[in-house]
Amino acid sequence: MNTISSFLDMGGYAAFVWPSFGLSAVLLIGIFVISVRTLKANHATLDALNNEAERASPSEGPAQGET
Amino acid sequence: MKRKHKRLTFVAIAGVLIAIAAALVLTAFDENIVFFRTPTDIVQNKVKEDQRIRLGGLVEEESVEQGTDGVVNFRVTDTANTVPVYFQGILPDLFREGQGVVAEGKLMNGVFVADEVLAKHDENYMPPEVADAIKDAGQWKGEGQDMNQDNGESSL
Amino acid sequence: MAMIERFANPNRFLTLTRPLVPWLGGLTLLSLGAGLYLGLFQAPADYQQGESVRIMYVHVPAAWMAMFCYTSMAISAAVGLIWKHPLADVAGKATAPVGAVFTFLALATGSLWGKPMWGTWWVWDARLTSMLILFFLYIGYMALSNAFDNPQRGAKAAAILALVGFINVPIIKFSVDWWNTLHQPASVIRMDGPSIHPSMLWPLLLMAIGYTLFYLWVLIIRMDADVTAGKIRALRQRRVHG
Repeated sequence: MNTISSFLDMGGYAAFVWPSFGLSAVLLIGIFVISVRTLKANHATLDALNNEAERASPSEGPAQGET
Repeated sequence: MKRKHKRLTFVAIAGVLIAIAAALVLTAFDENIVFFRTPTDIVQNKVKEDQRIRLGGLVEEESVEQGTDGVVNFRVTDTANTVPVYFQGILPDLFREGQGVVAEGKLMNGVFVADEVLAKHDENYMPPEVADAIKDAGQWKGEGQDMNQDNGESSL
Repeated sequence: MAMIERFANPNRFLTLTRPLVPWLGGLTLLSLGAGLYLGLFQAPADYQQGESVRIMYVHVPAAWMAMFCYTSMAISAAVGLIWKHPLADVAGKATAPVGAVFTFLALATGSLWGKPMWGTWWVWDARLTSMLILFFLYIGYMALSNAFDNPQRGAKAAAILALVGFINVPIIKFSVDWWNTLHQPASVIRMDGPSIHPSMLWPLLLMAIGYTLFYLWVLIIRMDADVTAGKIRALRQRRVHG
């Protein structure tokens, strides 16, 4: 207990050490999650487009304007 | 293949021109890029009285006198010259004798009156026991060692 | 050159790199885990800075990666401009946001370190200012590459900015030697060897390896996403015009 609280106290620098580590973890995990989500969404869209193309003839495909 | 070479040459020439331009700009602004002046600058009258500057150097050993109401007097040295400093306020944790310091203020009657004091630390990192062992062995050169080894006052 | 040609085909690039993703992920977590354990539990406090020195283990790798990512972005830009390599623009675009995050982390953790040690959150010295400029260069690169309707024109404009801005990287590195700065000179990458005790150097190097692997991990994922987005664009265009 004592060692845990003294570890968390960081010699009085807790208010500077922990935000540094916390911010680093949040931002790195954040950009990782965003990247993976974009990848999965793009793969799903591409698969859907390919499936559509197999069912319908390409010339009748819907024109989707959004990127 | 020809176009490729043309583009390569173009990028290379542009790169050289940018580097030269940057070097010229940085040289022209050299005085402003310098974050602090040294005691030698002050002793050699390169700094006018009442001109607001930052003074950088080492806190001279055994020069710190704590007064009341947060008043502190100490001397800043670059090992060649020394300037007395007066300051009233809160000192950073790293402020101590023998350590680097940057004070901001004005020179008044030969005393540098600072309204802000920042601590500067060196590039050495080690556990306290190792620092003690080096000191015991008489190998300690302190911060001054880098000053003499490298390029004068700029690497304080 | 043969190496570059082999990777030139985006599909071949993806089939070659996709199997690497889980390995890179595992190695990233392993080195970051080891680095954090050594840095937080095993490494000693500093003789001057006490426990606050542990901020170094997230600050220094972030600052290194900020410059490393910019360098690889500039190389991608040069390859894209000169050899018109199809994957160069993809790599540059995928790197920019990661580099911007590393730069922001270096600035923020440096600020959190500077307050207790120097006595200030921020000073306009050469090192801190040139690092802030690097952050703006990343932002400018991302803004430019999205500023054009034609993605190729955006990529070209952004690549020119990345190349011009590369001059800032050596300025950051040598700012602490060329001018008086509040920031201290280099401790690890220096002529006469590191001035950090091994007990502190090892966790720092492990964290740096972890950050580098993290970058490669996210880079491949982002490049995959961008190549896929390009295929989606092409399919939709073919459908509209075909």
